[in-house]
Amino acid sequence: MIYVDHLTKSFGDHLVLDDISEHIAPGEKVVVIGPSGSGKSTFLRCLNLLEMPTSGTITFNGTEITDPKVKIDEVRRQMGMVFQHFNLFANLTIRRNITLAPVQTGLMKQDEADELAVTLLKRVDLADKADAYPVQLSGGQKQRIAIVRALAMKPKLMLFDEPTSALDPEMVGEVLEVMKELADEGMTMVVVTHEMGFAREVGSRVLFMADGKILEQNAPAELFANPQHPRLKDFLSKVL
Amino acid sequence: MDYYELLFEQMKSGVKLSFFESFYYKFYSAFIINERWLQYIEGVGTTILVTAMALVLGVILGLIVALVRTAHDQQRPGRKNLILGVVNAICKVYTTVIRGTPMMVQLLIMGMVVFASSRNFTAVGALTLGINSGAYVSEIIRSGLMSIDAGQMEAGRSLGMDYFTTMRFIIIPQAIKNILPALGNEFIILLKDTSLITVIGGKELLYAAQGVMNRTYEAMFPLMGTACIYLALVMLFTALLGKLERRLRQSDLR
Repeated sequence: MIYVDHLTKSFGDHLVLDDISEHIAPGEKVVVIGPSGSGKSTFLRCLNLLEMPTSGTITFNGTEITDPKVKIDEVRRQMGMVFQHFNLFANLTIRRNITLAPVQTGLMKQDEADELAVTLLKRVDLADKADAYPVQLSGGQKQRIAIVRALAMKPKLMLFDEPTSALDPEMVGEVLEVMKELADEGMTMVVVTHEMGFAREVGSRVLFMADGKILEQNAPAELFANPQHPRLKDFLSKVL
Repeated sequence: MDYYELLFEQMKSGVKLSFFESFYYKFYSAFIINERWLQYIEGVGTTILVTAMALVLGVILGLIVALVRTAHDQQRPGRKNLILGVVNAICKVYTTVIRGTPMMVQLLIMGMVVFASSRNFTAVGALTLGINSGAYVSEIIRSGLMSIDAGQMEAGRSLGMDYFTTMRFIIIPQAIKNILPALGNEFIILLKDTSLITVIGGKELLYAAQGVMNRTYEAMFPLMGTACIYLALVMLFTALLGKLERRLRQSDLR
């Protein structure tokens, strides 16, 4: 589904991603773990070109999206993204948060989108919040809205950038629950997270990143039970 | 013979008027006689008209300049657009020149050099004020656009909306809410600065007051009256802005 080939990214002199090549197959749930500053988020943000790679190519469903001639907006419509800080549109009601992009990009008419919004809100038990504004919601509620907002575009791939890191501990569960359901439905997912429990339970493959490289990857059970790289051993001893 | 004419006769024959009599006489000659109050009202009409025209022009110019400069600054490194670079440079020259020269000088240049042959002083005045205001408004709008969390733009773009759609539905509405107090300041300054167009013959409120002063040789009442009218206008304007601000704050209510 998405091929990453010799991807590097640097901010000025600082090399954040160092020659990363990776393939994510349809239906995979790839979990990216690693210490802060390892380039996990930058890697994820390169996948939908929120960060422009310094060199290397990314190919999504046969389209080389790093080609400057590619209409990036059309590619992004097929990839949902969920942010650490939710980034709900502060000036719009929850309903409009969900329907704005599908309507503006011509994916559907306003009434279709409104109908879809109701369905999506029911799915995350927030149907009563349709006319509320983002400030009126808790962090967990905001993140669940952010997930269904991305789903309203009917994406083929979902990117999660530390979706639970800004949440109060008691709200982490409700967000992970929605993500698990999504995984069970077969959505292709790339998740950057510090939730090792989630990585173990939901991930089909775990990537360990440090210093801009993928140092080790494996199925979660194997990776957590038998870490090979000393950096990974060190990291796991701190977080587990 | 009414009271005013009586006082006039007394003055001519050298009788010294009492404080009340002199107050009445001056007030009457500044505002009432020959229906002079009509001149003030006409002046206020022009003042409001010029303010409105300059405001519209200033906001349009300011928005364009702010959008160009923000779009230019938000370009990805290595993917700079040449045309945008040129337009951005023009916008920068515009703000530098307008903000770097006094408004009075700009008015005189527009009135006596650029549009020297024009008789429509009011329109020239409104145009100049609008161009002047645009430079300041552009910086206000730019500060508003930059005050919005970058995550809002990223969220819009990640959903596949283009830069301008996200600007229009997400960034600009939030920016307007944030800049309303500063914009209100600029509007109030603009309203009062309309008095400057007198120097090129624009027939606004102060022009009317000066006309009366030149006939009566009495400055205090026309000027005090003018000041009161400006004050009333600004207070009205401020109240309206406050109302608008409260309405826009709707999405902040918990």
